[in-house]
Amino acid sequence: MQTGLYEPVIGLEIHIQSKTLSKMFCGCDARYFQSDPNTHTCPVCLGLPGALPVPNKAAINYCVKLAIALNCKINENTKFDRKNYFYPDLPKGFQISQYDSPIGHTGNMEIPSPSGNKTVRITRVHQEEDTGKSIHENGETYLDYNKSGVPLIEVVTEPDFNNKEDVTTFAKRLRQIVRYLDISNADMEKGEMRFELNISVKSSSTKELPNYKVEVKNIGSISVLEKVIELEIERQSEILESGQTPIQETRGLIDMSGKTASQRTKEAEAGYRYFPEPDIPLIELNKAYVERIKAEIIELPNEKLARYINKLNIDRDIAENIISDPETYQAFEQAISKIDNTIVPLFAKWYAVEYFSLDQAQKHNDFKLEWLTEIIKKVEQREITRTSGKEVLLASFTTGVMPDKIIEEKGLRVISDSNELESEAQRVLEGNPKAVSDYQKNPNVLMFLVGQVMKAMGGKADVKIVTEIVKSKLKSNG
Amino acid sequence: MKRPFELTVKEALELMEKGELTAKELVTSCLNRVRDMEPEINAFITICEDSALRKASQIDEARKKGEILGRLAGIPYTVKDVYNTEGIQTTAGSKILEGYISPYNATIIEKLDGQDAILIGKTNCDAFGFGSSTENSAYGVTRNPHDTERVPGGSSGGSGAAVSYGGGLFSIGEDTGGSIRCPASFCGIVGLKPTYGRVSRFGAIAYASSYDSVGPMTKDVYDNALILSVIAGKDSKDATSSPLPVPDYTLEMENTLKGKRIGIVKEYMNQGVDTQVKQAIDQAIEKFKGLGCEIAEVSLPYTEYAIAAYYLIGISEASSNLARMDGIRFGPISEGSDWQERYMNTRGENFGAEEKRRIILGTYALSEGYADKYYHKAQQVRALLKADMVKAFENVDILLTPTMPILPFKFGENSSDPLKMWLLDAFTVTINPVGVPALSVPCGKSESGLPIGMQLIGNHFSEELLYQFARNFEKA
Repeated sequence: MQTGLYEPVIGLEIHIQSKTLSKMFCGCDARYFQSDPNTHTCPVCLGLPGALPVPNKAAINYCVKLAIALNCKINENTKFDRKNYFYPDLPKGFQISQYDSPIGHTGNMEIPSPSGNKTVRITRVHQEEDTGKSIHENGETYLDYNKSGVPLIEVVTEPDFNNKEDVTTFAKRLRQIVRYLDISNADMEKGEMRFELNISVKSSSTKELPNYKVEVKNIGSISVLEKVIELEIERQSEILESGQTPIQETRGLIDMSGKTASQRTKEAEAGYRYFPEPDIPLIELNKAYVERIKAEIIELPNEKLARYINKLNIDRDIAENIISDPETYQAFEQAISKIDNTIVPLFAKWYAVEYFSLDQAQKHNDFKLEWLTEIIKKVEQREITRTSGKEVLLASFTTGVMPDKIIEEKGLRVISDSNELESEAQRVLEGNPKAVSDYQKNPNVLMFLVGQVMKAMGGKADVKIVTEIVKSKLKSNG
Repeated sequence: MKRPFELTVKEALELMEKGELTAKELVTSCLNRVRDMEPEINAFITICEDSALRKASQIDEARKKGEILGRLAGIPYTVKDVYNTEGIQTTAGSKILEGYISPYNATIIEKLDGQDAILIGKTNCDAFGFGSSTENSAYGVTRNPHDTERVPGGSSGGSGAAVSYGGGLFSIGEDTGGSIRCPASFCGIVGLKPTYGRVSRFGAIAYASSYDSVGPMTKDVYDNALILSVIAGKDSKDATSSPLPVPDYTLEMENTLKGKRIGIVKEYMNQGVDTQVKQAIDQAIEKFKGLGCEIAEVSLPYTEYAIAAYYLIGISEASSNLARMDGIRFGPISEGSDWQERYMNTRGENFGAEEKRRIILGTYALSEGYADKYYHKAQQVRALLKADMVKAFENVDILLTPTMPILPFKFGENSSDPLKMWLLDAFTVTINPVGVPALSVPCGKSESGLPIGMQLIGNHFSEELLYQFARNFEKA
């Protein structure tokens, strides 16, 4: 099969649990992770007869905030609707969701792509409630309603992706955005961010969208999402190759390898018998309110990235690393607020490469990120070597002792006294006559000899000075 | 002298205040009356004898000690069995909730309890409020105390019958399309469907959420106003409850009606109204004229679409509201090979015919390809009905109609023809989609002594005005 002939058409639905204190329509504690089953429940989220939903204002604020961040238009008059279907983990027999007037619609998000920036259109951002959880064990099904009624934001994209890399980039960027907005931790291991994939495959030569769509539900991680896309492209391309059209259906994950199986042929949307939720009055999101929410929105990942690259002269890859989550960029920005602009790109590099590679669990309470500046300065001024710099960082990090003190204690200051270096170089040259005589034929010998001097100096010599000395000695010898 | 169960709330409160009656005597009198009447009437699904007597003693004790008591201290009452009562069975008149013990109280129960009223039992009704005769209850029919061959009206028929015979001094009914007013009319008592949002619906098992109204059923107008004053108000647990302040509804009811305008709805009087009912209404109109009221004819041109619109929206919401009755978390559950089969068996075996009829029709009305034709079209009609009604109130203070077009009918007389039964609610159902308040007040009796009720309809939140009309009428 020639895969180049086909390309996927992909749209995403992303569910994000908001980190409100209470649930969407009742006062139950929404932070249920690892709680005993059915301990975060009340008549409302258990769907007991007579119980009524009262919308959570904070959750609506969060949803509006995300909609604004995704450049959506905000519906001035929004409402909740009932999505009716039967399932044991859906206690009311309907989910309170939004149908024809979602909080936000018609937005977009820019993502970096190998072929330049790409715009993904956002169809809608709406608020709904999570369902309970069915646990299948020993042939029995148990129901835990702790999750029932937890606020859930749904983001729907247009079918604007034609490769899995863009999907991944988008998913990661969206996760960053909700973390920046502080509306969700989007921790996938806790199920706080989940994906539904709409994927079909078409011939690369046509612009027309395929006349079928396969939906894969409940994907809990970005890596599985990637695998599912790979396997679906393969599966659907094969069907197309054989002259058939894949059937419109909903598929479910079998395991974490990304393998899926057909669950059911997709029911039409109206099968949910949507109608306005009569227990909740219409909600007005007027301009003043939207402006107020907008004012709360801080610099988002794309803007931050652009500023890091253009204003702070940080390399793109390094910048991407630093902006990846709020904790990381916050620590960075706090540290650089106290240092000279010219050193910032270097600081960023050390921060993203050396500092990130440290085991954060070993961090000493007294350690301050600003100390990294001292280390960088010392390295730049050749007071210590780069290798020593890393050693000092690690020691400071784990012991909380200031870099200066460590340099002192460990005697890491570079030896730049040329007399001392000269005599050491002389000793090395004299001890390696063969190498010295090979120098004319093999210039690599220089590096070998420099290495020997450095070794003799315990790594604490300025390698540039040593090189100069060795070079001039070799020349004078020759 | 009246026996205690024959007293109104006001009379009983005065006697207890004076020390001439104890709560225990009053509750005992009502419970004895219930024991005497129930074999024939069947107004109750559950009787709470022990807890009622215990609470009566506590209140008497507290009164003796001079403690401050609630506004309804020692008054025995009932609620329609659609209200959740902690620790007491709540069935909604359906087998699908048989034996269900709720873990929480409806807001109105909390409020009445807070005023020291005493719940003596929970009354029979058409399952989930689906009916106008209380013939659709899984717990047997309720008979009309005025003529046990006849229905008490519905769906709050048990409440109507109980108040009428003295099984408690008042009841809280629930009105989705006349379910308080119809039995009030058929049982000769006063029943209010308040403005939508005036009384919290929290804990009231839903029929049609955008219609459901919680209201008092009482022996007279004063009692009704008193109970509404206690149960009305904003509830943080009901997003549709109104924040408007609650007046003491008993204060303005004696004010004169001079110069007030009453509208008679042209379209309503054309719709096959029984001659005895029409006569009683004509006499009531004359009486109001005598009280200084002006009478004007009013037109509500969309009336002919009202019943269809009412039912389409009502059954649509009902089909969704009843989806939670799945046997998983409460109520009986049937066997089945998988969860879907268990669902189907549970619902198939425990819902009655009328529940199934409304669920199926409502599901259909909301389904793909039909929602525009039925549900959405009905919502458009609803908007027109509202506009119609609001316009009518530009010229008149209230509207006056018969509550029911016919006299209380015999068992089975209408139940073989569901459509005919639905049409009986012509005057009452129109009110709920609009959301305005309507009060049913006795206005005479038929030749054979059957009660006849008139319906006074006011603009949104005009309950005070309705009581003023009703109280002046009652007194005259």
